[in-house]
Amino acid sequence: MHAPKVVEIKRIIEETDTIKTFIFNWDGEPAKPGQFMMLWNFHDEKPMSISLIDPIKEEIGISIKNIGPFTEAIHSLQVGDKLGLRGPYGRGFEITGSKILAVGGGVGMAPISAFVNEARDRGVDVDVISAATTKNELLFMDELRAADVKTYACTDDGSFGFCGFATEFMEEIIKEKDYDMVVTCGPEIMMKGVFEIVDKLKIPAQFSMERYMKCGIGICGQCCVDDTGWRICAEGPVFWTDEVRLITEFGKYKRDASGIKHDI
Amino acid sequence: MLEVELCDIKMKNPTMLAAGVLGSTAASLNWAARSGAGAVVTKSFGLHPNKGYVNPTTVEVTGGIINAIGLSNPGVDTFYGELEKIEKTTPTIASIYGASAEEFSQIAAKVENLVDIIELNVSCPHAQKGCGASIGADPKLTGEIVKAVKNAVEIPVIAKLTPNVTDIVEIALSAEKAGCNGLTLINSLGPGIKIDLDTANPILSNKFGGLSGPAIKPVALRCVFDVYDAVEIPVVGVGGISDYRDAIEFIFAGARCVQIGTSITYKGLDIFKEITDGMKKFMYNRGYESIDEMVGIAHK
Repeated sequence: MHAPKVVEIKRIIEETDTIKTFIFNWDGEPAKPGQFMMLWNFHDEKPMSISLIDPIKEEIGISIKNIGPFTEAIHSLQVGDKLGLRGPYGRGFEITGSKILAVGGGVGMAPISAFVNEARDRGVDVDVISAATTKNELLFMDELRAADVKTYACTDDGSFGFCGFATEFMEEIIKEKDYDMVVTCGPEIMMKGVFEIVDKLKIPAQFSMERYMKCGIGICGQCCVDDTGWRICAEGPVFWTDEVRLITEFGKYKRDASGIKHDI
Repeated sequence: MLEVELCDIKMKNPTMLAAGVLGSTAASLNWAARSGAGAVVTKSFGLHPNKGYVNPTTVEVTGGIINAIGLSNPGVDTFYGELEKIEKTTPTIASIYGASAEEFSQIAAKVENLVDIIELNVSCPHAQKGCGASIGADPKLTGEIVKAVKNAVEIPVIAKLTPNVTDIVEIALSAEKAGCNGLTLINSLGPGIKIDLDTANPILSNKFGGLSGPAIKPVALRCVFDVYDAVEIPVVGVGGISDYRDAIEFIFAGARCVQIGTSITYKGLDIFKEITDGMKKFMYNRGYESIDEMVGIAHK
């Protein structure tokens, strides 16, 4: 049923200065990497990517960047506090190919982390580019390295790893290695750059998109994109390159709560 | 076989995308049309941009969904740009809302060159004060708005009525008398409420919302049945239609066309093809040759 299930916060991990991961027991429908949950704090409800999926312990984790009143309210919660969750929703990433490059920017690393963990469990080789503005904002670096995932860091200010954008670094390494597939999540401007690279090299890729959402279940129409009309919450949030090509607003604009367009 | 006319507008089949379901952009309306809808109805828009209510705006309950989106829309001037991008392969119906006859007329006049029919939303059960069902519960006010919009535009005008009244026939007759070209029955039922057991919180931020989905079908069907007997103008049935059997039931009750809304949550836009294929098969098996010969045959 599409109604929130109230759960307690089991653990909180302070990932960076601005990002926390909240871990919950989840015995509802199992989630797939790339899917999202609607998170309810009893005042408002927003879609959030799932960063951790543990089907054995029946845990899910949601990594949230503090960017506004809603996320600030969530960040102020403690272990044992309650939140409502419904989902998982949407179409997640497909794990296909034997050598994959995953590119995450900022909190966009959240679904990438869930993807990498599952791909590795299936014996798929994944390299990761994790990008952030600065060293302290790089997400999941320790976990990825502890799991022996080849991880490249990029920071805008050069405080750690490659100095520059994820796409600039990606152009360098993608020529050296023979990737079957690319997955990406992050600021749309970054994903637009990833799109241009994979399109030129004809490497299949999946992109996790974000739009303003109300219902999360494909009825309100708030997250429909031009020109296909697809609902990000139902047909997405993950789309393949050939689908993204048909989403003419990709990298250009998005709509707000009333439906007015804003440039990206 | 499925062709039908509504207010002299030809439709390839009697199914329509209901107002408020997708329909807030040209792209989603075009997608519904390409998916097989015989006509599409826009999400309701008003004079000015409106963000609607804070989330949660939708929650599932037994037999359907309650929603209080709160008529979010970018306003008529921005929405005009969307209407311009609609592929004219399928009739388009503009659903509009306002707080006065003057507002309704102004909006209708602005968009009439781009759409085939105007549908007046005088029935939203969770609209801001002075809009929606607060108008549609009053026969006099409903009639005034119909009259004003009829005077403002050349194209057909239909009114979408609320079931949350003592006597829907009275409202329907008032709309017809004011010159309305057709009626859409019904908007969502209620309002209703859902409360979370763990925290005792009402789930919707607006606390209550309109109930839609299979649970409201018997009520919608009864409204269509009653109003069909009382009026001369065509009736469009909507409320809980999720397969071809539901659609046929509405047509037998007196609906000329049917609108599909909540079921899209469960079946996606493929539902239009599923329902029209099912209707064709039903008609073929029973020897019906047109929708017209089926409309209202439950009234023996």
